[in-house]
Amino acid sequence: MRALVSALAAAGLIVGIAQAAEEEALPNQHWSFEGIFGTFDRGELQRGFQVYQEVCSVCHAVEHLAYRDLTEIGYSEDEVKAIAAQAKVTDGPNDQGEMFERPGRPSDPFVRPFPNEKAARAANNGALPPDQSLIVKARENGPQYVFGILTGYRDPPPDIKMGQGMRYNLAFPGHQIAMPPPLSDDAVQYGDGTKATSDQEARDVVAFLTWASEPNLEVRKRMGVKVIVFLLVTTVLLYAVKRKIWAGVH
Amino acid sequence: MATAKKQPALVKWIDDRLPIFTFMEHELNEYPTPKNLNYWWNFGSLAGIVLVIMIVSGIFLAMNYTPQKDLAFDSVERIMRDVNYGWLMRYIHMNGASMFFIVVYIHLFRGLYYGSYKRPRELLWMIGVVILLLMMATAFMGYVLPWGQMSYWGATVITNLFSAIPIVGKSIVTLLWGGFTVDNPTLNRFFSLHYLLPFVIVGAVMLHLVALHQHGSNNPLGIDRKGPQDSIPFHPYYTIKDLFGLGCFLIFYCVFIFFYPNFLGDPANYIPANPLQTPAEIVPEWYFLPFYAILRSVPDILFIPAKLAGVICMFGAIGVLFVLPWLDTSPVRSAKFRPIYRWLFPLLIIDCIFLGIAGAHRPEGTYKLIGQLATLYYFIHFLILVPLVGWFERPKPLPTSISNPVLGGGRMPATAAPMEKP
Repeated sequence: MRALVSALAAAGLIVGIAQAAEEEALPNQHWSFEGIFGTFDRGELQRGFQVYQEVCSVCHAVEHLAYRDLTEIGYSEDEVKAIAAQAKVTDGPNDQGEMFERPGRPSDPFVRPFPNEKAARAANNGALPPDQSLIVKARENGPQYVFGILTGYRDPPPDIKMGQGMRYNLAFPGHQIAMPPPLSDDAVQYGDGTKATSDQEARDVVAFLTWASEPNLEVRKRMGVKVIVFLLVTTVLLYAVKRKIWAGVH
Repeated sequence: MATAKKQPALVKWIDDRLPIFTFMEHELNEYPTPKNLNYWWNFGSLAGIVLVIMIVSGIFLAMNYTPQKDLAFDSVERIMRDVNYGWLMRYIHMNGASMFFIVVYIHLFRGLYYGSYKRPRELLWMIGVVILLLMMATAFMGYVLPWGQMSYWGATVITNLFSAIPIVGKSIVTLLWGGFTVDNPTLNRFFSLHYLLPFVIVGAVMLHLVALHQHGSNNPLGIDRKGPQDSIPFHPYYTIKDLFGLGCFLIFYCVFIFFYPNFLGDPANYIPANPLQTPAEIVPEWYFLPFYAILRSVPDILFIPAKLAGVICMFGAIGVLFVLPWLDTSPVRSAKFRPIYRWLFPLLIIDCIFLGIAGAHRPEGTYKLIGQLATLYYFIHFLILVPLVGWFERPKPLPTSISNPVLGGGRMPATAAPMEKP
């Protein structure tokens, strides 16, 4: 069986090399939520939410988030109520059988910018701005990819023929993206005094979207550490018992 | 029976009418097991435990899942976000599928190395292959349920395989789909079957165990037990060894669940299914990649079109395992004593890994060549090398008994007695 182990090791190496060769040249940012003990930075998340709210939400929905979820990134219940109340939610039908608009409540899901796909395409030159709730999980190497898109706008090389209304983007597959560069320096004004460079905005919104796609990340990792420690201790004990029981056999 | 004397009256009363305690005593305490089993023998019981984990986590998921094409994806996200510990159940279940295949593949290759499929364990082995087939069907249908892009397109590609069957193929596909494309009826029936098949697997596992207990476990030497000095009771020796193995396995499993829950999955399955947009690359989960490679590697063979030939070869890859007990002509079980087969074994593993690599890429250029050569070698191994080597190979002399090599021919202590409780 030793042969099996070395065969597996060799194959693992081959797979690793093959994958390394395929890796696209994505930015290599470090994030606070990486690694076994990684957590979100609440300030970063709130700044990211601000960027989403003021810039991205014009076109992109985050339909799997509800306003109440914002308490998890450090907003108080009153703040969440105020944020929700800014949104106009279509509700109904009322007793007269009519739909009506009311201010949002914390229990409402984030209001979408367009009522349906057709409306979204009509407003965006035929392109569909994808929902952002899972964008970080739905892309290979998600955080780097989204950061790469947001900061990857360049002038197209002269030998490339761009489609109508398309922009050149390093990170986007095929390099032609319909979204105009969304961020610029001072596109938002941060309340905490952080300087709003476009890189900073991109980092913040990536952190926010990572949280949006995996709101339980911190709970999961914290539980994981406890579970692994528990299992390690138990397994060592089981090994000791095994040794004792088997002592007379060999 | 030692414990019979100490039994409380109630246990005795029940046992007299329903001999469940006698049964357990017989199958666990008295069940003689070779004393020389190594850690590769842990994976059978591990597979059973993973099956239970999958069924339990699956039942909880089903309580919150909606098998309707417009709601399925969102209901899974609701499980991930709003259901208490729903994310935990889902990550246990999602990664559990991969763990199940890791464990079962190791279990299967252990059988291949130590010749566990040979007389008198042919049926035991064949039931195992049936379990593997059932697992594959269950895993495939489970992967469709979240109704993401890979779910939808994976279902489309795999169900379309049946259209390769001459004459009735198209009708079979329509029957599988419940319509003329993968749609809501497909999702409904896949959910129903995904809930049913695990219990069929449980039934097959029971048959597997009955067949196992008929002759007992094979062992690393591949020779029969000659007497009580060669065996130890299953409990407590292998219960504790299996528990220790379970601890190690759970650590491995939990690292994925808690720290890398999506490492083994495809990101594209977090995009809702879209029948109008084919993903750039339709790839199955890693555990199907070798079979997928075989499917896509086979060219036209004589008058058989490539698609049908691919399907035949893909199912044939499992089929050869089914008849392996008769393909292998060597009377010696363990590869330890088979100088040539011993080296064919790692070659087969490397071959399967190459198949996996080929399956993960478009069948173009080098990957196509790798896939074709690896497919060819897979069948050469089972259909030509295994029967031939059995004829020509001169096996090394077998030890006279299990206790002999272990004890160097010395006197045997009475290890066969159950351990005394301190």
